[in-house]
Amino acid sequence: MQTSTIADRRAFAAFTSEHIKPYVEVYDREEHLPEELLRNLAAQGYLGATLPEQYGGQGWDQSTYAVLLEEMGKACSSCRSLLTVHLSLVAETILRWGTKEQKAYWLPALARGEKVAAFCLTEAGAGSDAKSLQASYRKVGNQYFITGHKRWTTFGQRADVYLFFAREGDKISAFLVERDRPGLSVQPIKGILGTRATMLGEVRLDNCAIPATHLLGKEGLGFFQIVQTALDNGRFSVALGSLGIARACLEDSVAYVKSRQQFGQYLKAFQLIKQKIANMITDIKAAELLCYNAARMRDEKHPEAVIQTSIAKYHASRTAFQAATEAVQIHGALGCHQELPIQRYFRDAKIMEIIEGSSEIQQVLIADYGITALGTLFE
Amino acid sequence: MKDKIKTFLQERIGKEVPLADDDNIFELGLVNSLFALQLVMFLENNFSIEMDNDDLDIKNFSTLNNLESLVLRKLQPQ
Repeated sequence: MQTSTIADRRAFAAFTSEHIKPYVEVYDREEHLPEELLRNLAAQGYLGATLPEQYGGQGWDQSTYAVLLEEMGKACSSCRSLLTVHLSLVAETILRWGTKEQKAYWLPALARGEKVAAFCLTEAGAGSDAKSLQASYRKVGNQYFITGHKRWTTFGQRADVYLFFAREGDKISAFLVERDRPGLSVQPIKGILGTRATMLGEVRLDNCAIPATHLLGKEGLGFFQIVQTALDNGRFSVALGSLGIARACLEDSVAYVKSRQQFGQYLKAFQLIKQKIANMITDIKAAELLCYNAARMRDEKHPEAVIQTSIAKYHASRTAFQAATEAVQIHGALGCHQELPIQRYFRDAKIMEIIEGSSEIQQVLIADYGITALGTLFE
Repeated sequence: MKDKIKTFLQERIGKEVPLADDDNIFELGLVNSLFALQLVMFLENNFSIEMDNDDLDIKNFSTLNNLESLVLRKLQPQ
């Protein structure tokens, strides 16, 4: 790891120690992130970490962003989720496919945190089968009129702008819709298992009119162009966030087995405990290598970065849940109680296996890819 | 150039799959939409070009001949 990356990690860890970790259980319990935290994240430049400096971002490469995501994931998965939807799914996708005017208008406000972005793809009847979405649009003159109902929108309660997907017949297109547009309404969703402070919302558009200039990407290519780009970015973010959860589980478990005694011995002396720790270390190290390999390939704009990101997401999210399961087991009753963060890691880790393409979807993608192009995965 | 693109495609659709210059890789079901993203990255990376919205017509990416035409067009001085 480069010296600059080590310094970045220390800076990110210092930030999360001071501004997030002391309050994270409150965020989780109240299912809410405070505005002060958003201001702090913006002040650090984290909300525009990978956006070019010309748009008010930090211009960081994906390898540096990876460290930020990992440290955020370690401290608070809900905070990491904010980076995922705001920066990875929306801002980076505008940067990739937006017009000059869209980039100039949206990116500085997103980089500075003046506007928070959310991603509206999932519907009640369209989850993994995202192409079956039912939200619809029609064009009249220089406006699009959109009607549709999205569920599970991360930071839907807080967002100022939504990247909203809708269809006209067979054509799926992507639109940037401001929160204050007449016809847009948001209903909070409470009671989610994990990443509880992500302020989930149901977002409804009822014949909501937006200017034609708010179409992102080419009309009809919303899935091929925008969804695929955004989800690829999102998978990278979730992979690193999962790695962060897994490392938190491991570090807390190692500390606990050195302090807890049963049968007159510290837990670290028992071979079944050593087995758990050894498996956690091995799986997490593999996840780390996959994640940072994907980061490097993304920095190189390597074509295989897409599938390597899927592999990293699949393995890291599975590892996070396994590590969290073992961490709960090692901590026993304490691991099940809100006195310690272990139960939160466990709940958050489960979410990682579902979002941005479930583990089953990743398995299909990876297997299909390997069956036709195995050689390219092991170059 | 066409050989380079063909090698990239063959490695990913299967070297044993016959691919003619005018075969439509999407209509034949040889690739999925995730692959399209890879294809864009490959073309940008290997030919030092940058795709924008106007290039993203599925037709441009559908055959070997069309891919070559797209790259040649992008390499011309604007």
